[in-house]
Amino acid sequence: MAFELGHVGVERLELGRRTELVASTLQVEADALRAHLSHEVEGIRSLQVHVARPGESTRIACVKDVIEPRLKMRGGRIGEGRTHALANVAVVSCGQIVGFQEGLIDMSGPGAAHTPFSRLSLLVLEVDAAPELDAHRRERVVREAGLAAAAFLGRVGAGVEPDRIERVAPEETACGGDLPRVVYVAMLLSQGLLHDNWVEGRNAREGLPRSVNPAFLLDGGVVSGNCVSACDKNTTWHHQNDAVVRALLARHGSELDFEGVVLTNAPTRLAEKEASAHAAAALVSELGAHGAVLAKEGFGNPDADLMLLIRGLEGAGIRAVALTDEFAGADGASQSLADATPEADALVSVGNANARVVLPPVQRTLGPMESVPRLAGAFAESLRPDGGVEVELQTLLGSTNQIGFERLTCREV
Amino acid sequence: MSKEIERAGLPVAHVCSIVPISKTVGANRIVPSVAIPHPLGDPGKPPAEERALRRRLLETALRALATAVEKQTIFE
Amino acid sequence: MARKLRLVHYVNQFFGGFGGEEEADLPPRLEEGARGPGRLLETLAPDVEVWVTVVCGDNYAAQQPERAAEEICAALAAREKSRGERPDLLLAGPAFGAGRYGLACGAVCRGVRERLGIPALAGMHPDNPGADAHRREVVVVGTAADVMGMRDALEAMLRAGRKLLQGEALDPQRDGTLPQGRRRNVEAEKTGAERAVAMLLAKLRGEPFVTEYRLPVFDRVAPAPPLDDPASATIALVTSGGIVPRGNPDRIEAASASKFAAYSLQGLDGLTAQTHQTAHGGYDPTFANADPNRVLPVDEMRVLERAGRIGRLHERYYVTVGNGTSVEQARRFGREIAARLVADGVQAVILTST
Repeated sequence: MAFELGHVGVERLELGRRTELVASTLQVEADALRAHLSHEVEGIRSLQVHVARPGESTRIACVKDVIEPRLKMRGGRIGEGRTHALANVAVVSCGQIVGFQEGLIDMSGPGAAHTPFSRLSLLVLEVDAAPELDAHRRERVVREAGLAAAAFLGRVGAGVEPDRIERVAPEETACGGDLPRVVYVAMLLSQGLLHDNWVEGRNAREGLPRSVNPAFLLDGGVVSGNCVSACDKNTTWHHQNDAVVRALLARHGSELDFEGVVLTNAPTRLAEKEASAHAAAALVSELGAHGAVLAKEGFGNPDADLMLLIRGLEGAGIRAVALTDEFAGADGASQSLADATPEADALVSVGNANARVVLPPVQRTLGPMESVPRLAGAFAESLRPDGGVEVELQTLLGSTNQIGFERLTCREV
Repeated sequence: MSKEIERAGLPVAHVCSIVPISKTVGANRIVPSVAIPHPLGDPGKPPAEERALRRRLLETALRALATAVEKQTIFE
Repeated sequence: MARKLRLVHYVNQFFGGFGGEEEADLPPRLEEGARGPGRLLETLAPDVEVWVTVVCGDNYAAQQPERAAEEICAALAAREKSRGERPDLLLAGPAFGAGRYGLACGAVCRGVRERLGIPALAGMHPDNPGADAHRREVVVVGTAADVMGMRDALEAMLRAGRKLLQGEALDPQRDGTLPQGRRRNVEAEKTGAERAVAMLLAKLRGEPFVTEYRLPVFDRVAPAPPLDDPASATIALVTSGGIVPRGNPDRIEAASASKFAAYSLQGLDGLTAQTHQTAHGGYDPTFANADPNRVLPVDEMRVLERAGRIGRLHERYYVTVGNGTSVEQARRFGREIAARLVADGVQAVILTST
């Protein structure tokens, strides 16, 4: 089952009188968007729509999710047929939910290097959910608003011929028997309000672990509902553009045989963690894997899930490499991970999230900046008198992403 | 924190859900609890049952505090 | 003309020209100008003058490093005062593979830096026992194992010393300094995903690879003796689950907590959604906010107290947020909380975590 992802390049994003793509400029009609969202999503009290472009002196606060606009052209199931994606553009949903999570995006300056979103044109939705709704409902309002907006934009991809078509059909490549068989194990948080993810519309607490095709991820099979610590939250955009999937596909047939993907979760109860890790390792084994790349989301207790997985895989003779960020303290002298196992001898570090950054004042801020001191990685004095912001990398969206999008790493000095 | 308090001579019963982490970090008396967001509770149970569950966990913690141990021990 | 860089050079009895093993008990002494390798040092760096050479016997220094460091600091301080001049930098060694000498170098660097505020670094072979003992606190430049590497060692020490004075960060790969156990963020050439795939291929092919993070071995503490009689004991509650009075009056952070707090439980039979909340950002807060006893079990502790199963629930509880809070920070909190608990006569602790 081949999957084709058609990339429709967008050079410029602006608000205007119609929603259309004309010669690489995507124009969005804000009122039509608002009407669409209030029709699709219950519980929006108010909504503001902004555009943020790369290089602008703009800071976006309390980001819930980032989504690439997509449109399924043909094919009934996720990961099959053809989907058009608007490239270089994304929808950003932000707003107050509970108040501890969400993160910052800086479109220029030192903070811009720490997020992939500073390189995209962003349609920013400031969503204000009806206050009488409980926290679970408010989260859903903001999440659904972002997804609905991305779908609304995605529709402009309907009549357009993509600039480039990415064909994802690993089964069509004949792999010599001497190529090592590799499986990608992607761990999704499944721990409750603001710590959930959605797989094919279903909460990741259920139905996992399961095997999927690589195209499942690239075709939007996973939607993010998680907001713990912006640095290593996997946004929907990260899942849609999964860097490990792309890296494995690039070497498929030449250096390795990319056998498939196992999606697993990170429950809150120990017995469930053990069960998931055990079942995931069994699935990897069933796929005949010689080796596995492991990615995760979050830190702390998910480190325990990671160690359980590594132990299970190595114990079954499957070599494992895992990506992880570190929480080594502001001075880097502290223990980086919450759990350990001797078999975890091949780790890729994507950086120490406790390192501090000072971000300069900007000309425009979007989202509730006054909530910044309460974000994970921020502190009471984070908002500086000169208008700048001092926070840990932890607060910058995607800065230590554990699917491995960034180049940041850690060395011992 | 558990180890530093114990270093000062006070026995500590660590009530937590993710026992492997507690074991790795080195707490000596470990009491496995219900789940991360509600270690001493279970919102899926009726209130009286939840209180009884909490009391049982605390009784186990007391037992841990009153038991001599030579190495890391899990009390259930 | 700018004045020369003023160096203090620490050497052992042999390099100081006093003799071999038979002089290993030599107490520390200051000698004018450069001695032994110090002369080569001045040749290598014409802008540097050895202001004073500190010579000490290896036994004297290694057996009582604290005392030796103290005496050396006192002597240097006196010389500063009488000359009205302050040295810029201390270089110790190079000690190459000599263990006692290496230990001495480390102790002297540490003492001089801490007591006199003079930047200091040592040179020795990475396998020198002094390296293992001191590299976390002292800048150590790695050298060859023996005196054949003298010139290279001195040049490396000088280079690192200049950077130290400039306040430039030192890097093991670039400057030859030994790793100090700190994690520093750097940009790699390739993305994490690419590096992960490359590392897996190497692992599968049996080719050498280097893990980017080596897991530590966590230290253990001896178990404290048990309570003789819980029914008469004062027991305190401590939590990393972030349960605080409603409104989080002391603003404990949702992650990377910079503080802990103590709150009173006097007159409280249990916690409620009106009186308390969680400040912890690392778990779904709805259950803890609805009933904080699920994380800090005050209600059932009171039941146990009334039933005489415990003597007393301590009137204060201690709280922080264990979300991305570093181990070092937690250790500090633990020590302070422990001190207060002991001072208050608490006999045992129930610590709850999420």
